[in-house]
Amino acid sequence: MAKYNLNIPLKKSDVEKLCVGDVIFVSGDVFTARDTAHKIMLEKDVFQIPFDPSTMGLYHCGPLMRKSKDSWEVVSAGPTTSDRMDMFEDSFIDKFGVNLIIGKGSMGNKTKKALQKYICVYTLYTGGAGALAADKIQEVKNVYWLKELGMTEAVWIFKVKNFGPLVVAIDSHGKSIYDQVKNKIKRG
Amino acid sequence: MDFDKIKLGVVELIKKAEVELPDDVIVALKKAYKSEEGLAKIQLKNILDNINIAKKTGRPLCQDTGVQTFFIKAGVDFPKVGYLKTVITDAVRIATEKVPLRPNTVDPFTKFNHTDNVGDYIPAITWDFTDGSDVFITAIPKGAGSENMSKLVMLRPGAGLEGIKDFVVNEIINAGGNPCPPTVIGVGIGGGADLAMKLGKTALLRPVGVRHHDKKIADFERELIKNINDTGIGPMGIGGKTTVLDVHVEKAPRHPASLPVGLVVQCWADRRATMIIHSNGSWEVK
Repeated sequence: MAKYNLNIPLKKSDVEKLCVGDVIFVSGDVFTARDTAHKIMLEKDVFQIPFDPSTMGLYHCGPLMRKSKDSWEVVSAGPTTSDRMDMFEDSFIDKFGVNLIIGKGSMGNKTKKALQKYICVYTLYTGGAGALAADKIQEVKNVYWLKELGMTEAVWIFKVKNFGPLVVAIDSHGKSIYDQVKNKIKRG
Repeated sequence: MDFDKIKLGVVELIKKAEVELPDDVIVALKKAYKSEEGLAKIQLKNILDNINIAKKTGRPLCQDTGVQTFFIKAGVDFPKVGYLKTVITDAVRIATEKVPLRPNTVDPFTKFNHTDNVGDYIPAITWDFTDGSDVFITAIPKGAGSENMSKLVMLRPGAGLEGIKDFVVNEIINAGGNPCPPTVIGVGIGGGADLAMKLGKTALLRPVGVRHHDKKIADFERELIKNINDTGIGPMGIGGKTTVLDVHVEKAPRHPASLPVGLVVQCWADRRATMIIHSNGSWEVK
């Protein structure tokens, strides 16, 4: 179990050195996307996307935000269940060049293969740790499709510092911590 | 009776349920932290740190503040008990702004988000009546990560307790890290399909570590806890000793031809808070 502090965007060599079970802290920009955001971004042409996903981490998160005067404050922002995005993720990684995903729970074989093919890593943030995560978000930089999708489903751009600890759960070498756990399961 | 003051009490109840965990849950999480190592221990450390930060800052523990769900035990001599539904519904609207709560009520047909956490049949309220003149309202917000893992099965009665055990353990294995383990599990056995699910959720009202008063059922709970923790799924599904903090079972008589089993999963954030309203309108949130 190695530990790393990494800057976003991760370099290809950063992603390649990460193995299942490593613990990382990341600093830089992340964008939130849940099912609906994945879907609408996949339906648009890349030039219609008002930010550059390839320079950011993808965070499976539907945050609880509060508006005070003209600015947004993050109240609680832990990860959402990543399994829901499994059906979109391989095309999403291919189209937007994302190489860091933050979520919770496992993702399926399709995503695992895409992580290997496009050199990307899926990391786990502790589910339910919304207040802890909010503490590591330094700035709310922007929000897209807020009107159409609402607070939870919108795409938020957060600047994070030492965001973690994240556990490398599926690496770019085809290994998944969930497969390892499943193989060891004892059925009473 | 000042229902406006009671309304503020319900807002406080919701806030307490969203921001703080009951002591029994914290004790169980700390115990799990001590027994785990490596990556599992890191998950529990994050969970315990999160509990502290939420309490200190008054923020909801989890961004998923759930669909507002209440269990009410109303004393039959409490005056104007019928007003409480409106009071609670208004309190949910106020809490949405004030706590705040995430807008989590979406119309299944139009996808329209009500934005105030209120809608047909929501907040979900289960009523029960008891002697006396006090009203007890328990709030149990649940996130969708765990609620999505809930399940109903209509077993053949011949499957018996072994069948129930297999069903529960297999479902928890399939759920893996999705419901944010270490979870608390409510199992409702018997009644009809609807009652089995309701019993499963009612079972979650019992504090962690408290066994069923019937020894047979208490033994069954212990067996389920052991079997599930032996799977090794662990905190957040990445391996470890603690997959459940507790399993609570409730039962009702069944039809001779049916064996309904309702499985209700609650994440590690086993959120619960109770409010007592006295017949003179004074209240306290515990």
